[in-house]
This record gives sequence, structure tokens and C-alpha cells, in this order.
Amino acid sequence: MATTMLDPAPPRRPNPSRPAPARSRAATSRRAASWLLAITSIAIGLLMLLPIIWMLFTAFKPESDIVSAPPTLWPRELTLEHFSEVWERIPFARLYVNTIVFAGSVTIISLLFDSMAAYALARLPFKGRAVVMVLILLLLMLPFQVTLIPLYDMLNGLGLTNTLPGLIVPRMTNAFGIFFLTQFFLSLPKDLEEAARVDGASEWRIYWGIILPLSRPALLTLGLFHFQYNWNDLLWPLVMSSSVETSTLPAGLALFMGQHVVEYGLLMAGSLLAMLPVILFFLLIQRSFVAGIATTGLK
Amino acid sequence: MTTTSTAEPRVRAERPDTSPPRRRRMSVTGRRSLTAWLFLTPTLLILIAFTVYPMVQAAYLSFTDYNLIRAAQWVGLDNYVELLSDDAFWNAFGNTVLYAVVVTPVTVVLALAFALMLNQAFLGRAFARTAIFLPFIVSLGIIAIAWAFLLDPNIGLLSHWLSLVGIVPEQGWLSDPRYAMAAVMVVGVWKNVGFYMVIYLAGLQSIPVDMYEAARLDGAGVWQRFRNVTLPLLSNQTLLVSVLALIATLQAFDQIYVMTRGGPFFRTETLVMLVYRQGFQELRFGYASAISFVLVLFVFVLSMVQFGYLRRKQVTY
Repeated sequence: MATTMLDPAPPRRPNPSRPAPARSRAATSRRAASWLLAITSIAIGLLMLLPIIWMLFTAFKPESDIVSAPPTLWPRELTLEHFSEVWERIPFARLYVNTIVFAGSVTIISLLFDSMAAYALARLPFKGRAVVMVLILLLLMLPFQVTLIPLYDMLNGLGLTNTLPGLIVPRMTNAFGIFFLTQFFLSLPKDLEEAARVDGASEWRIYWGIILPLSRPALLTLGLFHFQYNWNDLLWPLVMSSSVETSTLPAGLALFMGQHVVEYGLLMAGSLLAMLPVILFFLLIQRSFVAGIATTGLK
Repeated sequence: MTTTSTAEPRVRAERPDTSPPRRRRMSVTGRRSLTAWLFLTPTLLILIAFTVYPMVQAAYLSFTDYNLIRAAQWVGLDNYVELLSDDAFWNAFGNTVLYAVVVTPVTVVLALAFALMLNQAFLGRAFARTAIFLPFIVSLGIIAIAWAFLLDPNIGLLSHWLSLVGIVPEQGWLSDPRYAMAAVMVVGVWKNVGFYMVIYLAGLQSIPVDMYEAARLDGAGVWQRFRNVTLPLLSNQTLLVSVLALIATLQAFDQIYVMTRGGPFFRTETLVMLVYRQGFQELRFGYASAISFVLVLFVFVLSMVQFGYLRRKQVTY
């Protein structure tokens, strides 16, 4: 695990204005407190990771070890059989491709559309802006579940259920994303953009060539949100696809778990493989993620 | 996307060039307006087709009897009337409220506690931050399978550990009606606490250090500094976090679907779970729409109340 995680602030310096004798005693107790804090928080961290660690170890345990009582965390022997078996027992490759296409294209397309809309709302004064802004805020509060049934009905009528476009198209823009980027764009300085306008640059050039590059941390943060939200989503793929083959990883694994005798070794291996891309995405962009949180409306 | 204007040449032909700066600004404004709408077009088309229209449609369906095969039959308020006397609805409503009332405050308080703790400098802080945040980015639909396994009465590790300290539910954590909801709640807190912690951390780092120095000079102890400096200056974060947490809890579905499917004896069936069951399993789309509208109303009213209440306590500095 990375060592620089979520760490934008410099460590607090000891207070230099303290008188010297008190300082050494304070320093001792502070060191003790710091150790206590370290042990407590590492213990909490490990406890939080328990399901993931359990998943990791179980995936490598032979079936006999998994069902033995009392259970142990550490595997007695290691095996890779679940990892090879998962591709045969579940249409796992198919699920993987479906999920990559679904989450990947939704992320890219909605980043584009969200940022275009946010650019208009934040940088281009126009008539009707207030109306659009209110619409976005209203949709922000709307639980997705309320549109679920008519949306399914509509896509069913178009023959798009059980297909990837049916999953993707309704997600191609997102009220939260527009709101998030609008807040960020509003905080950018006007100077560069005005200079470009004076030089005769088109709005598209200003948006694409100036605003977007300046917004890297916010875009990467929102990209992570979109990617993890869609990669992880259960309800929408569950509703849209009726079989394991046309589903995404969370829905496919949940369906498999429901239909069959629970084979935990297999499920843990599959789950572990299913989680990897999101964790990798996060670890890759974690620095930008913090900047994105710290500089936008999320604080 | 281009910014060509059709109005400009004609204006120039009609009038002598008396006030060029003003006219130029006018046409720029008009052009920018058109550009703005062009930038908004894809978003607005998608939002209207796939959110606004379905929402209106859902409102209509909630007054009908509809099963996807036969055309929708207008039944007036029947669905809403039926709700009032439907035990399944009141059960799900009660479960949703119980879930929200327990999970929201626990998550917010824990998130603040973790943020305060991990705002100090010490060895291992980066690890703890990552570990606490990580559940937020993994799929509840996937990791809930691991949770179900951890709580398995015979071969689950957590069940085993808890039995060592004498806590043994008779029928296993997820199938005992008394404990299933608690198990599902723990997973709900576990999932989101890290995200809210990050929001609190960002807030803590924006508090000016001299505020604490001033409070310390005034003789304020640790608790007083927390009570009178930290907490008021974090009120923006508290507003955001508690609204987000409440909305999230009212929509609880994933861990319930995977861990209990709403059971045992519907003890963990929330409103969203009921919408799913009525709509997609029993094909009562009209009735399910009515339930989802009650949910919307509920979310809307509660977040407004919360917003109004916490807004008054908000501090700017």
C-alpha cells in the first residue's frame, strides 16, 4: 500500500515557544501519545481491511481448509486452483469485459459531457443559466431509484435491455459531476481565458486547451467517482440484465452466489480479481484525488 | 463546436460605425449565449430523456396498474391507499428509518473521530488513512460476499472470534432475526466512513493554526479547543457529510441484497429492496412506482429539514 496516501498537510511542528524544562517532559508524554495513536490507528486500519484480507487469504486456500472449523485467517497451504476455476465456472471473462466497457465508457463520456456543461455554467454568462442550475440541483437530490422502472420500461421498449448500450447511455452525464466541476471551474482565475479571448480563440479552444488542462485534479477525482460508482453498481445492472452473461461483475457474482451452493473459495478469487482495477485506479491517482477534494465544493 | 455569429455582418451593414465597443460587446454576448447552449446540449438531452422524462413517467405509473405486458390501467390513488394498509410497506419503511437513524449518526461521528485522530502526525498514518478509505472504493455488491462469509455461523472468521468472547446468535448472524439488521448496518458504516473522513480531513486542514494558538493562550484545554474552535469551524463539512450520509442510508440496497435478500422474515427489507421486489420480481410496476415516490418525498423532506437546521449553525471565516 502506498505510503503517501491522502496526505496533503505537512506534519505539525512542536511548539517552539514552550519553556525548556516543561518541554522535555511534554516531549516524553507526546512521544508516548504518538505511539499510542499509531498502535490504535493501525489496529483500526487492519480491522477495516479485515474483509479484504479475509478475501485475499481465502482465495488462496484449498477448499478443505476453507470449510474446516475453527476457521483461521492464515492459509495452511496455498493454492491457485480457485483462480483458474473461476474462469470456467462463471463466464468471468465476459463479465470482466462487460464491466470494463460499461464503467470505462461511462467515465470517459460523462467526464466530457459533464465538463462541457460545467464550462457553460461556470464561464459563459447566458440567459437561462439560473434555470439550468436549478434543474441540476433538483436532479442532484433525486434518488436514482425513482426513475428505475420507467427507465427499464423505456429501454426494454427500445430493445436495449440485456445490452451494453442500454446500460451505458442513461449514465452518459450526471448531475453530481456537473455540479462538482461547475464549483471547480468557478474557482479558476479569469486572466488566461480573457487573454485567449482577446487573441480570438474560440470557446471550444479555451475549454479544451486552457480550462481542461488546468482541471486535471478535479477531472481525475471525478473520474474516480464515476469509475468506481459504475464499476461497483449493483442495482442497475441487476435490473437491466437477466442473465449472468450480460451482466457486470458485482451483479454477475451476486447472481452466481444466489443460484449455486456457496463456494467461497471460488467467489473470493473472483471477487478479488473483480476489485483490482478500481483499487489500481485509486492508487494511481490518489495524489490528484486529495487535491481534487480539497479544491472543490466537497469541503 | 464553433463560435461563428450570423448577426454580426448584417448589423455592421445597417448602421454606421458610431459606437463600436458597445455593439461588439452585444454580439459577443449573443454569440456566447449560443455557445453556452451548444455546450449544454448533450447533457440536457440525456438528462431530459433519461432522468426528467422517466421521473414524470414514474409519477404517472404510480397512479396505474402496470405489469409491463398489459397496457397501464389508470387506478387513481389506489396504489397510495394500498400502501397505507400494506404491512410490507410499513415494515420496509420502519426498517429504512431504523437503518438511517442508527447508521447516519454513527458514520458521521466515527468519520470525525477518525479524521481528528489521523490529522496528527505519527508513523503509520498513511496506512491507516488508506485502510479506512479503501472500503469506499470497493464494490459493496462484491465485498458483501466476503462479509457474508466472515459472518457464516460455521466457517466464518468473525463469527468464530465473536464466539470466543461469548457472543453467539443461535441461528447465525444473518439468519437470526434479531441480529441480521445490525450486521447489515455495520457493513453500511464500514463502507462509507472513510469517504466522510476524507471530507473532514480536508476541512481540518483548512482551519487556520493561529485559531488554536489564540485559544491556547486563552487557556482553553483540549476539549474546549475541540468544542469551541474545531467543531464550529467544521460545520460546513458536518452539513455536507450528514446530508450525504442520510441520503445514502435511505437508499441502502447492495449489502442487503447480497447478504440477506431482505430476510430473515423481511427484517432487513428496506424501501429500495421493496421497490426491487415489487417491481422486478412481482412485476407490479405501478405499485413499485408509488413506493419509490414515497421514498423520494422522504429523501427530499428530510434533506431540506437537515439543510435548514444545520445551515443556521454554519460558520464562515
